[in-house]
Amino acid sequence: MSGELSANSRPARVAYYNDPKVRSIAYQALLCAIVAFLIYGAATNAIENLARARIASGFGFWNATAGFDISQTLIEYSPRASTYGRAFWVGLLNTLLVSAIGIVLATILGFIVGISRLSRNWLLARIAGGYVEIIRNTPLLLQLLFWYNAVLKALPGLRDSLVVPGGLYLNNRGLYLPKPLLETGSGLVGLGFTVGILGAIALYLWARRRQERTGQQTPVFWLSVGLVIVAPLLIFAAAGFPIAFEYPQAGRFNITGGIEILPEFAALLFGLSIYTAAFIAEVVRAGILAVSHGQTEAAFSLGLRPGPTLRLIVVPQAMRVIIPPLTSQYLNLTKNSSLAVAIGYPDLVQVFTGTVLNQTGQAVEVVAITMLVYLVISLFTSLLMNIYNSRMALVER
Amino acid sequence: MKRFSTALMLFAALAVQGASAQTLKAVKDRGMLNCGANGTLAGFGLPDAQGKWTGFDVDFCRAIAAAVLNDANKVKFVPLSAKDRFTALQSGEVDVLVRNTTWTSSRDTSLGLNFTGVNYYDGQGFMVRKALKVNSALELNGAAVCVQQGTTTELNLADYFGAHKMQLKTVTFATANEAVKAYDAGRCDAYTTDASGLYGERLRLANPNDHVILPEIISKEPLGPAVRHGDDQWFDVVKWTLFAMLDAEELNISSKTIDEALKSSNPEIKRFVGTEGNYGEQLGLTKDWAVRIIRQVGNYGESFERNVGQGSPLKIERGLNKLWNKGGIQYAPPIR
Repeated sequence: MSGELSANSRPARVAYYNDPKVRSIAYQALLCAIVAFLIYGAATNAIENLARARIASGFGFWNATAGFDISQTLIEYSPRASTYGRAFWVGLLNTLLVSAIGIVLATILGFIVGISRLSRNWLLARIAGGYVEIIRNTPLLLQLLFWYNAVLKALPGLRDSLVVPGGLYLNNRGLYLPKPLLETGSGLVGLGFTVGILGAIALYLWARRRQERTGQQTPVFWLSVGLVIVAPLLIFAAAGFPIAFEYPQAGRFNITGGIEILPEFAALLFGLSIYTAAFIAEVVRAGILAVSHGQTEAAFSLGLRPGPTLRLIVVPQAMRVIIPPLTSQYLNLTKNSSLAVAIGYPDLVQVFTGTVLNQTGQAVEVVAITMLVYLVISLFTSLLMNIYNSRMALVER
Repeated sequence: MKRFSTALMLFAALAVQGASAQTLKAVKDRGMLNCGANGTLAGFGLPDAQGKWTGFDVDFCRAIAAAVLNDANKVKFVPLSAKDRFTALQSGEVDVLVRNTTWTSSRDTSLGLNFTGVNYYDGQGFMVRKALKVNSALELNGAAVCVQQGTTTELNLADYFGAHKMQLKTVTFATANEAVKAYDAGRCDAYTTDASGLYGERLRLANPNDHVILPEIISKEPLGPAVRHGDDQWFDVVKWTLFAMLDAEELNISSKTIDEALKSSNPEIKRFVGTEGNYGEQLGLTKDWAVRIIRQVGNYGESFERNVGQGSPLKIERGLNKLWNKGGIQYAPPIR
């Protein structure tokens, strides 16, 4: 009897092929195998057909001489001495430059517009609303072409350059600024600046702890200004102004020397920032509206003024709603920078999938590399934003 | 983004189907020739207000259609930018690429293409504003130059300025349209492309008379039609279409005199019009293949003068493109 009982209490033995666990693993393994086989089949077939059509393949072109010029290079590049690989890095850095500055500008503008749209000032709210609706509902490509042509048409020609005293030139070839050249002694100023920043951070941390402990406030802002700006300036003066400027020189065709900001760069930066800011404004508005009005009322009843209420009560809570969609706007801005191709800014797509692809004819490799690069940039941006998001998330005690 | 889609299409085309070696049969079955053309270059390839394509390269596509399909209008023109053109041909989107394309060794070999001949001997030049008072390309030290991307022009430009130790500021655009617009807006001091293209583009500027084309020709640009590598029959058809147009001019056969030529007793002309021999069949076409070309499109000289020469607003001299017995270098093998 007891033996029979214990036999019954064991789970019923089922054939392994009826076991749901085994089955689900088997199905997933099968699916993976099919997908892998399809990818393998497509890739080998493509390689075989490329070889049959006598189209060059492989990555040997990477070290071949590029032979074409690029208008904006952040690293050293010359058409006769540099390789396609170098051209790739030039393009990538140009993409990262315009994306990084664009993200900062779009965020600042987006927050201003988003908050303005909620303002009780009728005119300000309507202007912000009009801006968002107009910019958000027209194609970015058209806006870029508009900005580019607006920049080119509005600016004077080389010979009628706007000259600002102090060595600043503005014309339809770009904006030219004096380039600072550091001389001996400027190291001290840099050191002073670094120490100032570190000091300001330490001051901020100390002041916060002091306020938590004693409730007393410290004028952190003005002290920081003193540390970061005034102190290095004093060192600068004491060292006898160890800086020289390389001034732009007007030549027969162009202005040489100094820092050059291309109109293509300016137009792309403007276009991307203004376009993305409209979306960020909506994200910010939605985030603020998501914070219940009771929070504001509670803050007011504690005697906080509207400014600190926004800064200390509403925005920190709104950020939890804002960050995830904000991340996707950053990704959009980075990807949209590839529209540079339309206005002649040498970004990654323009240089690499444009000229390099065409000169080498290796479409499959070049496009694969480019897609991989955008994937990596996007995943990295997401990673940073996810870290930030988890820091901002509600900490439950 | 068109860039990505064409490249993906190429990958897809390569991944699923073998390279087609049957272009002639495919064109006959389809009853339509897909021709990759320049959609923005006056004189070479440009649709007019009614959507009818005209130009020197366009005529050549029509000549192929006349020879293969007996109808010069059975051509679907696919407008391509310089940087998209090779991918479009490789992927099979077009049967033949006739888009003022320079024949170079790397394009002939590593791109998987074959150039069938040279329909226009050209060279790269510069256009500048008259107000700059520049008389030679060698005075362009430090100049900003607008150029189209994905062209031999882009490479020659860097070579030329490097060789003459001159400073260069290149502003590169994806299409000729954008490059010319930027030049016109004053973004660049000079615009550079093949000399023939300069004459065409100058007509599109706001004030064509304010611009001058510099005398220097800095490169060899033999422009010709290209087909996919590995389809010898189609290669022959495209190659002999050009030779037929050149031979016709040499034999004084034009669209106006073709009916008299059919009655001629001259053995060379008889072979050309197909009243003797079976040269058309050998190409995979019909006996009267060359007659169709001349009747529907015209000979090389007619097409040249009508589109880019004295009968056109471009008024380009024939120069190197004269026949070999008239002082030029256009020379076609005989049909026999």
